[in-house]
Amino acid sequence: MADHAKEVVLSVQNLQKSIGRKQIIRNVSFDVYAGEIFGFLGPNGSGKTTTIRMLVDLIKPTAGKILICGENINSHPDRALAHVGCIVENPEMYGYMTGWENLEQFARMQPGISERRIAEVVEIVGLDARIGDKVKTYSLGMRQRLGIAQALLCKPKLLILDEPTNGLDPKGIKELREFIRMLAGSGMSLFISSHLLSEIQLMCDRVAIIAHGEVIAVGEVDELVSQAGTYTVWQVDKPDRVKEMFEGQPDVQVVPENQHRIDESLLTTLNEPIVTVMDELLVTDWVNRLVAAGIGVQSVQRVAPSLEELFLKLTEGEKIG
Amino acid sequence: MVNLLALIRNETTKVWKKKRFAVVVLILLILIPIFVYAQMKIAQNSADKFNEDWRSELQSRITDNTNALSSNRIPEEWKQWRKALVQQLQYYLDHDINPQTPNAVTFTRTFMDNAVSLFIPLMVLAIASDLVSSERSTGTIKMLLTRPVRRWRILFSKLATLTLYVSLILVVTVLLCYAISGLVFGYAGWGEPVFVGFHIRGADVDTANVHAITQGVYLLMQSGLIWFSAMVVAIIALMVSVLVRSTAASFVTMMATIIAGTILANMASSWKSAKYLFNVNLELSGYLRGTPPPIEGMSLGFSLAVLGIWAAAALIVSFTVFTKQDILN
Repeated sequence: MADHAKEVVLSVQNLQKSIGRKQIIRNVSFDVYAGEIFGFLGPNGSGKTTTIRMLVDLIKPTAGKILICGENINSHPDRALAHVGCIVENPEMYGYMTGWENLEQFARMQPGISERRIAEVVEIVGLDARIGDKVKTYSLGMRQRLGIAQALLCKPKLLILDEPTNGLDPKGIKELREFIRMLAGSGMSLFISSHLLSEIQLMCDRVAIIAHGEVIAVGEVDELVSQAGTYTVWQVDKPDRVKEMFEGQPDVQVVPENQHRIDESLLTTLNEPIVTVMDELLVTDWVNRLVAAGIGVQSVQRVAPSLEELFLKLTEGEKIG
Repeated sequence: MVNLLALIRNETTKVWKKKRFAVVVLILLILIPIFVYAQMKIAQNSADKFNEDWRSELQSRITDNTNALSSNRIPEEWKQWRKALVQQLQYYLDHDINPQTPNAVTFTRTFMDNAVSLFIPLMVLAIASDLVSSERSTGTIKMLLTRPVRRWRILFSKLATLTLYVSLILVVTVLLCYAISGLVFGYAGWGEPVFVGFHIRGADVDTANVHAITQGVYLLMQSGLIWFSAMVVAIIALMVSVLVRSTAASFVTMMATIIAGTILANMASSWKSAKYLFNVNLELSGYLRGTPPPIEGMSLGFSLAVLGIWAAAALIVSFTVFTKQDILN
């Protein structure tokens, strides 16, 4: 991999956690490199939040090691956490204090943070206008910003955001996405968890997919997506005839309606789409053949499978529980 | 390494901004005038009954006791006590003080004596009960514990803050008592004598060491003892606050325990081992006054030791749990 030369900011090695006799996290391992946006994808209850809490010393692992910039979080939580900014689940702050007073609280908990730095992060997240108001009057989006400001105070090398888009409106999500890219551009690593597959696809460079407390895949988002294969979707005026023609052809495979895993919203605009798996090079040939047979071809499009598709492929047959 | 003082400043600010201390002061400002008024009514009543002849009554009591002192039939330790009593009565006579009329210092002293078992703990709990549990129920603990500060330092700063506020509550209670009651009863009374030195031996009160000290000194000693028992309540409440996630649950648990203590103290004389419970030992200032303890075998030293052990155990539990605990939600 080309990433070998890169600095490892977060290294998780064989992480395990049992509560009672139940093993919640089994052998989770992955590395996060400097300057990348790393996605952590899994459905609710897959062990995502437990893993994140272990990364920031809220939960002690049963076995395994977590290194942040080379510091072990369990033996030296104070040294390791000095490199980390994080929001675990919701950005909860003290509602009875103003935004500024909240930031002052957290600034006092770490060495070398001046008032100027506080003003700086307030400006970065664009909260200048309301920073003197009590946090209990803030909207969720503003709390999110304040949470990020808090996380940025110590100029972290690693920023951990747990489900950052939860509860934000589409505009807020878009702003957050741009903001995250901006931070990554400045050399910071971001670790972002989500159960929204499209979010990860839009934001992240690499992803680890977790299910039932196990990491089932780690890799480049694009690479993993192409592994899942793409579909060719046809829209024609005589769908039944086309289906007949495709039937029995060795190079074309028609995927029945309930078996493909294309995002439903992509197909709703299409009338009776025929979903197939075929080689890209054969498409022109087939268009010619269909036209020759007197069939009107309205559209042919290649549809990339969603990460969800990939996710389901990887966890085929398993049930969450 | 982050300065502990900075952490303590954080915690103090939080309690202050939550207006917990303001509530305590408000309660005091409402309650004390009520008690002052009640005390004034009592004083008026007794003044009506005993009229103006209190000087001659005092004089006759002094004569009686001085006579008794020279008698051979009275045991030596009784004489000691009578000597102190004569001293006190003589003081009243010399300074032209009617012992039946209260002054601000007497009022404060009596108020503190009555407040130690329920009222002071209640005010302490208003601050101690949600010190940790509120961080957990609002989720701010996740922010707090993911900063580069060791967990024991966080808890230590909370403990230091608690100590600060408990002390402040006591000082403010005494000051407000004195200031408000002084408006009605006058601000004098610091030099008035009070008896101390009672020893409880079995069911008897040993008066051999009884002597009089000034009320000012008494108030200081009394406040010290009340501070100690308030701190024990605070530390145990801190432990409950670490163990219980909800502030309400933490407050109710502690309040129930303390009320149970006052009930037990009234009925547990036959259940001897109840004396090892912390909640029957809180009324430390009773030993100064010489009131018999609720359970046989209790003394000032015993109570201090029992409370000390409970507090130490609570601290060990708090720190162990807080530093090891998984924050699951």
